[in-house]
Amino acid sequence: MTKMAATRDGYGEALLELANNPKVVVLEADLGKSTKSLHFRKAHPERTVSCGIGEQNMLLIGAGLAASGYIPFASTFAIFTERAFEQMRNGVARPNLAVHVCGSHGGTHTGTDGSSAQSIEDLAIYRTLPNVIVMNPSDVVSTKQLTIQLADKASPSYMRTARNKTPVLYEGRENEIEIGKGIVLKEGSDVAIIACGVMVSEALKAAESLQAEGIQASVVDMHTLKPLDGPLIDNLVLTCGALVTAEDHNVIGGLGGAVAEHLTANTYAPLERVGVKDRFGESGQSDEMLEVMEISAPFIAAAAKRAIARKA
Amino acid sequence: MTSPDELRELARRCRVHIVNMVHRAQAGHPGGSLSEIDLLVALYKTTLRVRPSDPRWEDRDRFILSKGHASPGMYAILAEMGFISEEDLTSYRVLGGICQGHVDMKWCPGVDFSAGSLGMGLSFGLGAAIAGRLEESERQVYVMLGDGELQEGSVWEAAMAAAHHELGNLNVILDRNRIQNDDFCEAQMRMFDIPAKWKAFGWNVKEIDGHNMEEIVDGMQFLSTTNSGPSILIAHTVKGHGVSFMADNPAFHGAAPNDEQYALAMQELGEVGA
Repeated sequence: MTKMAATRDGYGEALLELANNPKVVVLEADLGKSTKSLHFRKAHPERTVSCGIGEQNMLLIGAGLAASGYIPFASTFAIFTERAFEQMRNGVARPNLAVHVCGSHGGTHTGTDGSSAQSIEDLAIYRTLPNVIVMNPSDVVSTKQLTIQLADKASPSYMRTARNKTPVLYEGRENEIEIGKGIVLKEGSDVAIIACGVMVSEALKAAESLQAEGIQASVVDMHTLKPLDGPLIDNLVLTCGALVTAEDHNVIGGLGGAVAEHLTANTYAPLERVGVKDRFGESGQSDEMLEVMEISAPFIAAAAKRAIARKA
Repeated sequence: MTSPDELRELARRCRVHIVNMVHRAQAGHPGGSLSEIDLLVALYKTTLRVRPSDPRWEDRDRFILSKGHASPGMYAILAEMGFISEEDLTSYRVLGGICQGHVDMKWCPGVDFSAGSLGMGLSFGLGAAIAGRLEESERQVYVMLGDGELQEGSVWEAAMAAAHHELGNLNVILDRNRIQNDDFCEAQMRMFDIPAKWKAFGWNVKEIDGHNMEEIVDGMQFLSTTNSGPSILIAHTVKGHGVSFMADNPAFHGAAPNDEQYALAMQELGEVGA
């Protein structure tokens, strides 16, 4: 039985571990129970700032703290971080203040809360901001490691976590995880599937089904969308000659967009992008949403075959 | 202690700098710079604990110009304080210049906040005030807001949070000049009883004539010594104060004087023959 856990729990565990650093402060917008910063708040109330339901204020409090030598971690739902986009742009990214924003409950995988809560554009919008590191980790272990590493970064960041549980992939493999470096989870020579977040385990399932049909797929966990691991993509182009991206995000501007942008300026290979087809979601269970949005494992496998068929 | 007369003369020199900057650039925001400058002069000369030779001194008081378009006023006082040179003022709105169109902490020594987008400075000031408290420092944070800026909802998120967190080291100076970009505030969005609003949000409130130097110095004293919760000094000012044709004139929120107007302004500011 595969061990399951939610990436948001990895965020909460990381904050507790980071608490040893007296400069680490945690900012909440009335969703600490959900984003999992509540563990830090319980242990260190003096270094936790309640911002109420006020995300714009929260991000700039973070900027003021960062400009005063602190390392603020601010979290709310992914969708509500977007309300403070201009604060992120003008008050955080532009002066390059290392405020670390965590948007939990990202993507359609968020489920029954419905379309208003299912951020499918967060990765795209933050990717357009200079200085900002953008991540969407796939499992609880990597989320914890990546969050811990953020505390040493001199730039701001946006990290999306998920509400619901996904398979644990990296237990005992913590040292393989590094911001900006994609992880090859499976090696194959016919096609490379590059995924992020909750879609990484779907990509692994797709690779298994492809293998049963004699197709060897590489699977990469591209947990960092920015800075993008270009050398790894170049290598996948050379070894596989066809690429698929898979994300629980609009096909516009996210991981698929980032990889496509990279390919246009480097060695080309056919690319199929699996993602939400520029539409909003609805209420449903996580697995149902991946089906309805046509991004679950079978859709990735089909996209892989299309990419292979397009090889010159 | 600098006397009121000395402060008035310093403010006059700053007004000359302001008009010079926007005339040279043929762009910028003279109105709000002229309304705020008496306040900035008193703040910097009588109250703010800063070191011009060490602008990044960690335990300095913070000053956040949230109405960042009124940058000529801030550059003028920074030059008079010695953070930057008078020569630097010629770089206002010039490519590569440290005097960017809106004040920017990455470009100009003595600037603590990169402004330009209204409604952001008070929240940033909250973060700086919380940092000061965490460090058990006595440093104070001063944020200047414009009155039109109060129409941004995020200001009230910050106002509520400042009272909730009982940030006695956080202070606002409100430049109540009654004019915003397009027109008078009364025409654009009436704000009704501004002092009552801040009181209702849990702030200590004092009102002054923002061009009466004795009252201003008193007001700064009120801010620096009132530390039971956040405090606001509501300064009633005249936009464009000091230059007759700019005074109380919405046209000079964001417009530069032509050569003829410039000559008249210099004359009015006591720079005869300039």
